[in-house]
Amino acid sequence: MLNLDGLEMIAVLVVMGLFIKVLEQFGLFEPVGGEDSIEDDFELSTVCHRPEGLDKLQEQSKFTKKELQVLYRGFKNECPSGVVNEETFKLIYSQFFPQGDSSTYAHFLFEAFDTNKNGSVSFEDFVAGLNIILRGSINDRLNWAFNLYDLNKDGCITKEEMLDIMKSIYDMMGNYTYPCMQDDAPREHVENFFQKMDRNKDGVVTIDEFIESCQKDENIMQSMQLFENVI
Amino acid sequence: MAAGVATWLPFARAAAVGWLPLAKKTMPRPPVDKKSRSDEILFVNVSGQRFQTWKNTLDRYPDTLLGSSEKEFFYNEDTQEYFFDRDPEMFRHILNFYRTGKLHYPRHECIQAFDEELAFYGIIPEIIGDCCMEEYRDRKKENQERLAEDNEAGEGGDAPLPPNSTSREKLWRAFENPHTSTMALVFYYVTGFFIAVSVIANVVETVPCRPIIGTVKDLPCGMKYSLAFFCMDTACVLIFTFEYLMRLFAAPSRCMFARSVMSVIDVVAIMPYYIGLVMPENEDVSGAFVTLRVFRVFRIFKFSRHSAGLRILGYTLKSCASELGFLLFSLTMAIIIFATVMFYAEKGTKGTTFTSIPASFWYTIVTMTTLGYGDMVPNTIAGKIFGSICSLSGVLVIALPVPVIVSNFSRIYHQNQRADKMRAQQKVRLARIRLAKKGCTNAFLQYKDDGGLQDHDSGSTALCVKNRSAFEHQHNHLLHCLEKTTNHEFTDELTYSEVCMTESLGYRTSRSTSLSSHHGSSTTCCPRRAKRRPIRLANSTVSVSRGSMQELDTLHVQKTTVVPQSRSSLNARTEDLKLNCDDRDFTAAIISIPTPPANTPDESLPTSPAFPGILRNSRSTTFNPDTVKISSL
Repeated sequence: MLNLDGLEMIAVLVVMGLFIKVLEQFGLFEPVGGEDSIEDDFELSTVCHRPEGLDKLQEQSKFTKKELQVLYRGFKNECPSGVVNEETFKLIYSQFFPQGDSSTYAHFLFEAFDTNKNGSVSFEDFVAGLNIILRGSINDRLNWAFNLYDLNKDGCITKEEMLDIMKSIYDMMGNYTYPCMQDDAPREHVENFFQKMDRNKDGVVTIDEFIESCQKDENIMQSMQLFENVI
Repeated sequence: MAAGVATWLPFARAAAVGWLPLAKKTMPRPPVDKKSRSDEILFVNVSGQRFQTWKNTLDRYPDTLLGSSEKEFFYNEDTQEYFFDRDPEMFRHILNFYRTGKLHYPRHECIQAFDEELAFYGIIPEIIGDCCMEEYRDRKKENQERLAEDNEAGEGGDAPLPPNSTSREKLWRAFENPHTSTMALVFYYVTGFFIAVSVIANVVETVPCRPIIGTVKDLPCGMKYSLAFFCMDTACVLIFTFEYLMRLFAAPSRCMFARSVMSVIDVVAIMPYYIGLVMPENEDVSGAFVTLRVFRVFRIFKFSRHSAGLRILGYTLKSCASELGFLLFSLTMAIIIFATVMFYAEKGTKGTTFTSIPASFWYTIVTMTTLGYGDMVPNTIAGKIFGSICSLSGVLVIALPVPVIVSNFSRIYHQNQRADKMRAQQKVRLARIRLAKKGCTNAFLQYKDDGGLQDHDSGSTALCVKNRSAFEHQHNHLLHCLEKTTNHEFTDELTYSEVCMTESLGYRTSRSTSLSSHHGSSTTCCPRRAKRRPIRLANSTVSVSRGSMQELDTLHVQKTTVVPQSRSSLNARTEDLKLNCDDRDFTAAIISIPTPPANTPDESLPTSPAFPGILRNSRSTTFNPDTVKISSL
């Protein structure tokens, strides 16, 4: 139709493009599919969560009022929205272990605390978890530890799960250790663990095996008392 | 670690339960926390404004004042609170740092005050949060620049030269600050005149003059009056060479001077003449010779010594080098793009002026800077479209970096203005400081007059002495101790100058020999207004400060503003002074007190009776006659 050379075609296209842009600016020409963009801006970005009353929490846990107050103040300071998501959790935990990579272990911890599996740890979850660890019986603590190791929460710890846990703990040590970290140190540690814990040698450790073996081990029993005075 | 994270430590420790069943070795015992674990609220009183915070909050940063045991020094047992006598407004920000872990810089506060507060509370400024760090850095840089300027203005410029400077230093100073001496000023204007003459001559010699009788062609004036122009050029170059050599000789660091911009301009300005002298007159070389003559125009840059505005402009361009570089780069990119497009757009046209891409550069530049000479014009439609886009974008690209350069120029210009203002106020400021210093010394002398140094057991001390503050008493006692230590007494400068003047005739030689070993500057002291106190003996120690000399000079000028008090009798004792006490209102401010002019050490010399007579007539302030002990008149 029009006897245009290549360059002239390009020039005409450029002019047309500029024309369309100008019309858009004046609002006379809405490109297709632009209506959704306005409402997106108003989406609420933060979710606010308030914990149960202090009294209720005190009933549910064995902490005193003062202890709960101290706990909440720290919690709220770091997470003003009232819930911790996994990213924040990892960030906080990584500040205590600057040398290594604590993100995997923090992830496992987060899974252990997030009992209702909604992706965030509220203050109640937090208190519940700490209640077990700090104010629970030895058995409760062992149960909690088992729950931590059992990644898929099926009631038994396989070698793979244990290996993951072990690797994550060794990751926290970082590169610079003495003696040098061997690559198979986690695996060797897992073998050790299974040898100790797996009574019937079926390749998995169930909760009963775990508790029984731990109760027999003097060291473990003694060390369970260590963290009583943390709060 | 961030503030709140410290409160999560208990959680991290609790979570360590997860390691226990896996541990290879036994766990260590936990540390025993002897202090009570319960958190308590601390009261912090800052200048009356009470702040309350949890103890844990302050403990988050143990290496600051509030987080460590250092705050116990400020604990007030009676009110059970920590009291700080500091700015409560600033404290608010400090405390917020503990609470939130982020230190913010309040924009309306003075940067120095803020820095001082931070230093007091033991907080390093590097932890200012990102939100406020930029502002803080900018203000700090600005402040440092201003201080540097003040220092320069203070030490450079118009302060009088130390008397023992060599002629070289004096010469350098004359060059750098022409208004310090008339000779320098004359030279300044003469060089300026000759620069102007040289530049005008360069310009005029190319103007066509009326042709010589007999020829038809117009001749440039340079050819017609070649001898006259040559003479003028020679004179200018001689002056410039002389000036350059003088500067080179006087420069404190010849290497640095030779490398400075101004000296390079000087050299470039005069070199063509000399090269032209030595160059032979054949045709081959004279092409290059013509090029050299172009460099004569650089003489106009010599004006930058005479004009501060030019220097500012040069400095601005230098400091905006990155913006200018960006401008250049973006322009180059745009030129290349558009030139290519225009070339290919116009390629088909017959007889087009766009013969090559470099040829199109010219068109692009002319269009982008909106000059539009019209010597190259596109004919095709595509060419016209792209040409118009080119001119529109040119305006944008050039307009973008210009405000940055403008703001830079404005900042530097204002800095310069401020520096000039400071210099102008310098004299007033210095005079005020000297007056205050003098007031301090006079206060002490007055105190002595009032008998403050005597024993206070008798009840006859003047009321005005009693009413002096404890601070003044103690300060004056300290000065008195110094007097007793050195066995000299303080006196005021007028007395001192009077005495020195009368003594100068007889004792200049002896003084110079005894003093040269000490200070080596005695030869220049006496011609000045404030004379050095004569020394009686070679072995007597004289402590005269050089600095006080010039101050005395100025102080003498200030003296006239003091209301002259006539003293009825020089030997009046305390009793007579009671009535005159309250006329004095010297502020005993503690500024650095200049070492007083030396008195003669020997107290065995009697006060010569003839001496007070001289002083009585010329003195305008009181002094204790005992302080003036001259060896002999």
